[in-house]
Amino acid sequence: MTTTAPLTTALPPGTAVRSLRFARRRRLTLVLGVALVALAALATAGLMLGDSDLTPLRAFGAAFGIGDRGDLFVVQRLRLPRVQAAILVGAAFGLAGALFQGTLRNPLASPDILGIGAGASLGAVTALLAFGLSGFAVAASAFGGATLVALAIWFFAWRRGLHSIRFVLVGVGFSYLCGSFLSWLLARADDREAASALMWTVGSVADVRDGEIGLLLAGVLTLALVAALLSRSQGPLALGDDNARALGVHVDAVRVGSLLTAVGLVALATSMAGPIAFVALVSPAIARRLLDDGTPALAASAAAGAVLTLAADLAGQHELFGVGAPVGIVTGLVGAPYLLWLLATNERRNLG
Amino acid sequence: MNTSPADLTLRADGVVLGYDGRTVIDGLDLTLPQGRVTAIVGPNACGKSTLLRGLARLHPLSGGRVLLGDRDVSAMPRKELARVVGVLPQSSIAPDGVRVAELVARGRYPHQGWFGHHSSDDDAVVTAALAATGTEDLADRPLEELSGGQRQRVWIAMVLAQQTDIVLLDEPTTFLDVRHQLDLLDLLAELNKERGTTVAMVLHELNLAARYADNLVVMSSGTVVAQGDPGEVLTSEVVREAFDLDAEIVPDPVSGTPLVVPRGRRHAVPR
Repeated sequence: MTTTAPLTTALPPGTAVRSLRFARRRRLTLVLGVALVALAALATAGLMLGDSDLTPLRAFGAAFGIGDRGDLFVVQRLRLPRVQAAILVGAAFGLAGALFQGTLRNPLASPDILGIGAGASLGAVTALLAFGLSGFAVAASAFGGATLVALAIWFFAWRRGLHSIRFVLVGVGFSYLCGSFLSWLLARADDREAASALMWTVGSVADVRDGEIGLLLAGVLTLALVAALLSRSQGPLALGDDNARALGVHVDAVRVGSLLTAVGLVALATSMAGPIAFVALVSPAIARRLLDDGTPALAASAAAGAVLTLAADLAGQHELFGVGAPVGIVTGLVGAPYLLWLLATNERRNLG
Repeated sequence: MNTSPADLTLRADGVVLGYDGRTVIDGLDLTLPQGRVTAIVGPNACGKSTLLRGLARLHPLSGGRVLLGDRDVSAMPRKELARVVGVLPQSSIAPDGVRVAELVARGRYPHQGWFGHHSSDDDAVVTAALAATGTEDLADRPLEELSGGQRQRVWIAMVLAQQTDIVLLDEPTTFLDVRHQLDLLDLLAELNKERGTTVAMVLHELNLAARYADNLVVMSSGTVVAQGDPGEVLTSEVVREAFDLDAEIVPDPVSGTPLVVPRGRRHAVPR
């Protein structure tokens, strides 16, 4: 990939640097393009496959409102929302993970490790089991749980500014705390209740309804826009607080803004689908590997998250590995070995 | 570069600096003469790095002011300050995989707007910064593959790409061998000579500081013990007061600047 073009003085100044910059941009475009093609292919498969398999043409037609009543119902009411939810939720987790990891300068910083996903689970399960709520109230409760845990981490980690390692360690503490409460709630619930509550600890896009997609889309787009605005400061921020300040970045403001955006994305996504394991942790790492240019890789990470989640959901739904499983199980099964590999080979630098 | 060359003197006016309520510097005045090279020396924990960080607005002031010309630095927008004052802090983090040219291009941040992207002007500035530091052949290399000396040059190239009239450096020669120390200081001296850049740096090595500085600031326990021309400032009395060290001062056979030859206990003068 490295094109070491010799710098000749005959070229106008800046040519070599510009061609390097263009090469980086081409690589990003390529990665995003491949992700888009993969998403299209996976989405087509998601619309086609099921109890009644459809041809690609019928599936597409039905998605755009053409076809018989049966096709329309199956595609528009059952399959399309699931595909849309997987893409949106995956992109949200991927983007949130990149924001967490970039802002905290720690490749292990992700909602899974920080306990924000666990907070969402605890919120939902509490609403289900302790208060007997259902439907939208459960989703709202998951959102509340994630936000509450994030704020609590914040409160305990803040000492005259936000320090990365303290934020992560406090988050790990909260992760265990939420996990314990969760286990306790599940242990004292009866079997039937526990089974439905358990879904909120695993993560699944199977139950996202048509009407929720619009809300999810609007939320993810809004927060992605905020992330895009903050993304320019992420480059200097990655060089350390002192360098970022010296370059004119309002370090604390950008960090608070980025983390709030990331928490918003995670809370929104988990309120719809539960805490889908590892997507937020692994997507930024995949994106960084693919780009390999030391940039924050926000867009590529969102794309990786969407592909990963949609692929995992299809694999789990259609028993690709011999068993049917919710998306959160599949991403966990794929993500855990990946994390181990990541830790074993490590990204050249230490993880601190 | 700037239209009004008269008003870009960086000045500490009664600054108070400290950590967690512990005051390190209590009411210090210091002027960095414009267009000159200032070196700040002093024993460990004398507050020299803290002072530089305070001047660079990397560390909050507990009192006093830092002035750029007649403007209070704390009231300036950060980006505007970053277009005038460039800083090489003591610790910098290089993201994994980042290429030299991309890192240096981040020095253009204060010159770009909210949606600003790199223009061909930026490319030219980055290229010039790479050339000035002799790192143009490394443009496509990941930073982690470079030697310590090369890396430090790249970080300085990033500061140069910022195109500031003032450059502050916090112990830029640490971790470099003696040859690379000289290379780096030569580079800064050229920068000062050719562009009139005001340079201020914290240094450990007294003899190199005496060689390269127009203005030497000797600090001890948060105060300035002496400052001015190195030839006048660096006396055995000043070294004893600042470092609690007996030393002979002889002319440097190469540069004629003062050369500090420390005695230590082993060669102490019998009293």
